[in-house]
Amino acid sequence: QTVQVIVQARLGEKICTRSSSSPTGSDWFNLAIKDIPEVTHEAKKALAGQLPAVGRSMCVEISLKTSEGDSMELEIWCLEMNEKCDKEIKVSYTVYNRLSLLLKSLLAITRVTPAYRLSRKQGHEYVILYRIYFGEVQLSGLGEGFQTVRVGTVGTPVGTITLSCAYRINLAFMSTRQFERTPPIMGIIIDHFVDRPYPSSSPMHPCNYRAGEDNAAVYPSVEDSQEVCTTSFSTSPPSQCVFTVTKAHFQTPPPVVTDTLKVPVMGLAFSHQLSSSRLSYQPAALGVGSADMGYPVLFAGGLNAAHPHQLMGPGKEGGVPPVPSQPAHGTQADQERMCTPLDGGHYSAATPSSSEDTETVSNSSEGKCGSPRDLLETIFIRKVGAFVNKPINQVTMANLDIPFAMFAPKNVELEDNDPMVNPPESPDTDSPLQGSLHSEGSSGSSTGNTHDDFVMIDFKPAFSKDDILPMDLGTFYREFQNPPQLSSLSIDIGAQSMAEDLDSLPEKLAVHEKNVKEFDAFVETLQ
Amino acid sequence: SSPLRSCRGAAPGAGRAMNCRAEVLEVSVEARQVEEAMLAVLHTVLLHRSTGKFHYKKEGTYSIGTVGTQDVDCDFIDFAYVRVSSEELDRALRKAVGEFKDALRSSGSDGMGQISLEFYQKKKSRWPFSDECIPWELWTVKVNVVNLATEQERQICREKVGEKLCEKIINVVEVMNRHEYLPKMPTQSEVDNVFDTSLRDVQPYLYKISYQITDSLGASVTTTMRRLIKDTLAL
Repeated sequence: QTVQVIVQARLGEKICTRSSSSPTGSDWFNLAIKDIPEVTHEAKKALAGQLPAVGRSMCVEISLKTSEGDSMELEIWCLEMNEKCDKEIKVSYTVYNRLSLLLKSLLAITRVTPAYRLSRKQGHEYVILYRIYFGEVQLSGLGEGFQTVRVGTVGTPVGTITLSCAYRINLAFMSTRQFERTPPIMGIIIDHFVDRPYPSSSPMHPCNYRAGEDNAAVYPSVEDSQEVCTTSFSTSPPSQCVFTVTKAHFQTPPPVVTDTLKVPVMGLAFSHQLSSSRLSYQPAALGVGSADMGYPVLFAGGLNAAHPHQLMGPGKEGGVPPVPSQPAHGTQADQERMCTPLDGGHYSAATPSSSEDTETVSNSSEGKCGSPRDLLETIFIRKVGAFVNKPINQVTMANLDIPFAMFAPKNVELEDNDPMVNPPESPDTDSPLQGSLHSEGSSGSSTGNTHDDFVMIDFKPAFSKDDILPMDLGTFYREFQNPPQLSSLSIDIGAQSMAEDLDSLPEKLAVHEKNVKEFDAFVETLQ
Repeated sequence: SSPLRSCRGAAPGAGRAMNCRAEVLEVSVEARQVEEAMLAVLHTVLLHRSTGKFHYKKEGTYSIGTVGTQDVDCDFIDFAYVRVSSEELDRALRKAVGEFKDALRSSGSDGMGQISLEFYQKKKSRWPFSDECIPWELWTVKVNVVNLATEQERQICREKVGEKLCEKIINVVEVMNRHEYLPKMPTQSEVDNVFDTSLRDVQPYLYKISYQITDSLGASVTTTMRRLIKDTLAL
């Protein structure tokens, strides 16, 4: 339950569960905490049937991964056990109630640490990932001056449980340094990236990041990432996390988070990120301890924690073959359809918006949903809501707060995501992908990518009221179309933004309106 | 069921019971943030002090309903909190906080006041004495309303108050974590002396909310009003 609460708190969406006066059997601690199956699976896997003990704590690590592949640990939630037994507590329901209180405190505290706000804003530029491991608590990744908050302690006859959170204070993103640090951690995680060893993809990341620092790099366009994402999706193993994460790494330049980028647009794919962050777990001693019923929820099950790919069930071995398979566009439709009926909660509401998003962005995005197989689809769906709304609301870099101040130089507000421009590294990516990306990009950016200064919205009034502008519409449109082309062709102008989908909307409308005019003219010629 | 009786209660802070612990939190907020800030704190406290509805069964055992939670985002503060999913409870709190806010605004004072959330137990007394209300936990939030001139200041205030509230929530949780005195789980006949059973979906401990507006001298004005959210109409 602890893990569920923590992870759900970092999904980036608001949680709402209903109180019911009549208890259902499955509500542990009398709290309505929905169980996300993959999270349960992950937790069970990590625990491998053991209970926390001295030196063997259960830790949930929350980290942030940017679209460029940089990651940073944000928080570590630890459930520790010490030897101090509280023999005086004889009544089991006291312990039960206190555990319930502990979970409530956890609910409250998870909204209070800095990572909550970050996770609510995840989407385009970054995602929040989680990782469960069982063993020694590793706080080194939190940077200097991290703070700790104790959620609560509960004494039991067999020991005292302490739940605490250590969270990072220093949110300045140290790119390369950070990155150098990651491989060791990734070493642990390496299992996760099923087919490609992470190190092979690491060289890519520094490039990406450095480029960014030079202001030349751009966030991979949404389309780009989508394509990449899609590809991996279609071929990736069932474990969602695996392919979202791995894919990013292996497809290279578009870093892991690239997927994520799209995800918001796609909605479904995003959900992976969350789950996918399970970058492994320490190879905990496999034991099939019988779960003590005292803490059933937390420690149930003894699962084989050997293989990461088994994360989500029917583990399909292998990672993400770089097959640039066409995104299963068709499947997306299915996916979307599946979304709606599945989770009646607020999740499904997001689905419609996800389709909007996909429209605005590009067709490639649609493929995303399609690839995952059924198992994943099911799980994805639950999270549609988590990320779909995000892109709509928080499209611009302007919404990013402090942690990305380091990125500020290259993230000018209102930068357009230029699909035409591929990140320098991307040549390595599968060319078919790039090809399609380009085409996607061009369609999207032909009229798009106008400087945001030229608010396309003004187009419409101008369009409808010729007399305002002392020029004809053709000239007007030509004028407005030219600048964007220039900027999109010049890679130096890092005019990129995460607001691509939103910005492209007026552009596309303008395009359509323009087309309408031509169509009208055409119709007239027919008569 | 026993008829409603008024409750001879203790004044806030004057813990008649020996075990009444008192916690005080202070916040400085803008006028428009008062409501959300108070709700955040009160809801957090009540989240910890509410259980599911009890269903007593024949053998003297009972089962407990489920408490749902939901996230609430604040409009005027960069903050979010978790509250119990109970519209009735939310309405009750909003009503109390609304009155507090109005009183603050209209008092003409410097905008200082405090709102108190008191958990009590009822102890039945024999006639002619009415029941006693014995508080066992008292939360007081002192509010200082500030007026800001520029939009930039307000923006900063949004963030700062958000951070402050984060600290307050942590404080609340720390207190909750001490696992100090809690009323014993009551039998069916006693449940109304410990819990507020009037809500449909959750069951908080018996509580009452009251507030005071402080005048500029720092003394508590006669407008000490006791708002009884729960039953306890005067005879």
